Amino acid sequence: MSAIEVEGLKKSYGQLRAVDGISFSVKVGEVFSLLGPNGAGKTTTIEILEGLRDKNEGKVTVLQMDPWSKGYELHKRIGVIPQGFKFLDYPTPREAISYYATLFGVKVDPDEMLRRVILEEAANTYFLHLSGGQKQKLGMALSLVNDPELVFLDEPTTGLDPQARRAVWEVIRKLKGEGRSVMLTTHYLEEAEELADKVAIMDHGKIVASGTTSEIVASHGSGQRMTVKAGEPLHEYLVKSTKLEVGYDGREEVTIRLRDKDDALTALRAIEESGCEWGDLAVRRDSLEDVFLRLVGPGVAGEEEAS
Amino acid sequence: MFSFKRVVADLKVFGKASIRSKEGFFFTLVFPIILILLFGAIFSGGSSGPTTVYVQNLDNGPISAAFISALNGTTAITLVQAPANQNFTQYLSSHSSTDGIVIPANFSYDYEHSQSVNVTVYGNPASTTSAVVYGITSEIVNSFNLRGASATIGVAQQVAVSSSYKYIDFLVPGLIGFAALTSPMFALVNVSSSYKRDKIFKQLSLTPLTETEWLVSKVFWYVSMTAISFVLMSLTGIYLFGAHIVFSWGVGLFIVIGPFMFVSLGMLVGTATNSPESAAVVGNLVTFPMMFLSGTFFPVSSMPIYLQNVARVLPLYYMIEGLTNVMIYDNYYPALLDFLVLAVITAVIFVMAVRLFKWRED
Repeated sequence: MSAIEVEGLKKSYGQLRAVDGISFSVKVGEVFSLLGPNGAGKTTTIEILEGLRDKNEGKVTVLQMDPWSKGYELHKRIGVIPQGFKFLDYPTPREAISYYATLFGVKVDPDEMLRRVILEEAANTYFLHLSGGQKQKLGMALSLVNDPELVFLDEPTTGLDPQARRAVWEVIRKLKGEGRSVMLTTHYLEEAEELADKVAIMDHGKIVASGTTSEIVASHGSGQRMTVKAGEPLHEYLVKSTKLEVGYDGREEVTIRLRDKDDALTALRAIEESGCEWGDLAVRRDSLEDVFLRLVGPGVAGEEEAS
Repeated sequence: MFSFKRVVADLKVFGKASIRSKEGFFFTLVFPIILILLFGAIFSGGSSGPTTVYVQNLDNGPISAAFISALNGTTAITLVQAPANQNFTQYLSSHSSTDGIVIPANFSYDYEHSQSVNVTVYGNPASTTSAVVYGITSEIVNSFNLRGASATIGVAQQVAVSSSYKYIDFLVPGLIGFAALTSPMFALVNVSSSYKRDKIFKQLSLTPLTETEWLVSKVFWYVSMTAISFVLMSLTGIYLFGAHIVFSWGVGLFIVIGPFMFVSLGMLVGTATNSPESAAVVGNLVTFPMMFLSGTFFPVSSMPIYLQNVARVLPLYYMIEGLTNVMIYDNYYPALLDFLVLAVITAVIFVMAVRLFKWRED
C-alpha cells in the first residue's frame, strides 16, 4: 500500500517550470528521500504533497486523499517540519507542545514528547535561546504531536553540527521503527544513504534517477576507480601511453576509471614505467555523491526555490 | 468549524510571547504611560479646547446682525448659529463645547437708544480658546461702542459648565486612542510580515487552527491590552494631573472597536506587502498621519480647515472624538455616531484582511 502516489506532476511559476512531470510512489513505512540541488523543485513538490500549494497538472494522492482539496483532513494525519523551522521567540518547548496538542485536540505528555526527540534538557528554555539543533528537534516534536502516519522532513539537518545531525538521524530511525512513512529532502547525500530506503534525484524539475541507493549507483555510476596522489606529468604520461580513461583534478590527484581487471594491471604497469613520483594509491567504487554530482553537475549551489 | 478552544490556546501562546518580549511589553503598556507623564507635565496648567464658537442671537434687529457679521469677519473663530429657542448651556454641552456667545433680545433697540446692554460670553476659564473668544468679543464690543454716542454694550462672562476642562482631560482620551492605534498596528504589521518570511504561517496552516481563529485571538489580546492601558492612563491622569474623566459603558465600546480596527488594518498592511521592510514603511505611512492628525496631542478643531477634513477620513479621529464625547462631555448621541462610523470601517477592513490573509498559495 502506498502512502504517497505521484503521477505526471507539473507546477509552473509564470515561465519557470518548477516541477516538470514527475512520478514516484512511497510505500507505507518507507523512508523516501528526495535529493537535488537548490532550485531542482524539491520544496515545491513537498509543498504540493503537504497541501500547501496547488498543482497545475498530474495526479497526487497522500494517504489516499487529494492534498489540496482535503488539506484540512490530511493535516490531522501528517507531520511536517518545514525547511529552517522557526517558531515564536518566547514559548518554551514544553509550552509549544501543549499549544499544538490543544490545536489538534489531542492529549500528550510534553515531557514524553521531548524525551522522544532528546530535548528534555531544554524543556523550559525560550525558543529564541535554543541552538539550531534544538530548534530542529522541537520542530520534530511538534510534527509528532498528532501521532502522524506520514512525516515530511524538509532538510531537517541543514546547518546543524555533526553531533546534532546524528541526533536527528536517531529520531528519524525511531520514526521508521514505529512504522511511520517518512518523506525526507536533504542536501546531504550521506544522510540519504544512511536513512532512506529509496531515493529520487531531482534536477530542473525532473526526476533523473530513482530507486535504492545501490540501484542508482549501479545504473548511473562508473564502476571502480583508481586514485593516485601524483602531479600533472603522470596524468599526461597515462593519457599518451595507455587507452585508459584518466582524469586530473589539478590538486595532485590522478583518477583512472577501471572497467575490468586488465585496466587495473595496465594502470599499475604504466604508473611504474612513467618514472613519475606517486603515492597513496587507492581503488574505490562510486558513492551516491559521485553519481549525484555526475547527474546534476558540481555547481549545486543555485537559485532558491520559490516559496 | 470555528473553535474558541483553539483561539484561547493561540491567545495564551501569543500573550506570553508578547509579555516576555521586553520591546512588546514596553510599547504596549509602558510607552503610553510615559507619553501621558511627559505631555501631562509639559502642559499641566495650560489649557486647550474647541475653537468653534456657538452664537445664540435672541435679537432680530440690524445691530445684532452687524455684530455677528463682525465676529464672522475674524479668522480666529468659526461661528455656528444656535437656535434661539434652546437652553444655551445644554446646547453647548450637547455639542461637546464650552465656547459660546449669547446676544440678548432688544440688543439692537438698546444700542440704538444708548441703553446699556450685555453680550454674554460662555467659556471655560481654564481654556486658552475661551480666553481668545472673550478677547475677540471684547474687541468687537469696543469698536461698536466707539461708533455709538456712548459706551452702551458690556461683556458678561459665564462659565459654560460646572467643571472646568484642562489639557490633561483631552490628552487622556487622545492617548488611549494612540495606544489603541500604535500597539496593535505596529505589532500586527511586524508579526504578519515576519511570520510570512519565517514560514510560521505555513507551519500553523498544517494545524487545525484557521486564519480567522488566529486573527480573532489577536483581537482579544489587543482589546485586553488596550483595556489595561485605559485603566493605567486614566489613573495616571486622575491621580497625578487631576484629570476629570467620566467612566461609563460607552468607553467600553471604543476600547473594543479601536483595537479590533487596528489589528485588522495592521494585518491587512502586513499581508498586502512582500517583506517586513516594505510592511514597516507602509505601516508607518498609514500610522503616523493618523497619530498626529486625529486629535491625539492637539484638538482637531485647532487645525486648519483642510487638515480637519483630512482628519475626518482617518479612523483614529472617530475613536478619539468618541472617547472625548463619553469621557469628558458624557455626551452619548454623537459618541454613538462615532462608534457606528468606526464599526463600519472595521467591518470592511476586517473582511478585506481575512480575504487577503491566506495560509496556502495557489
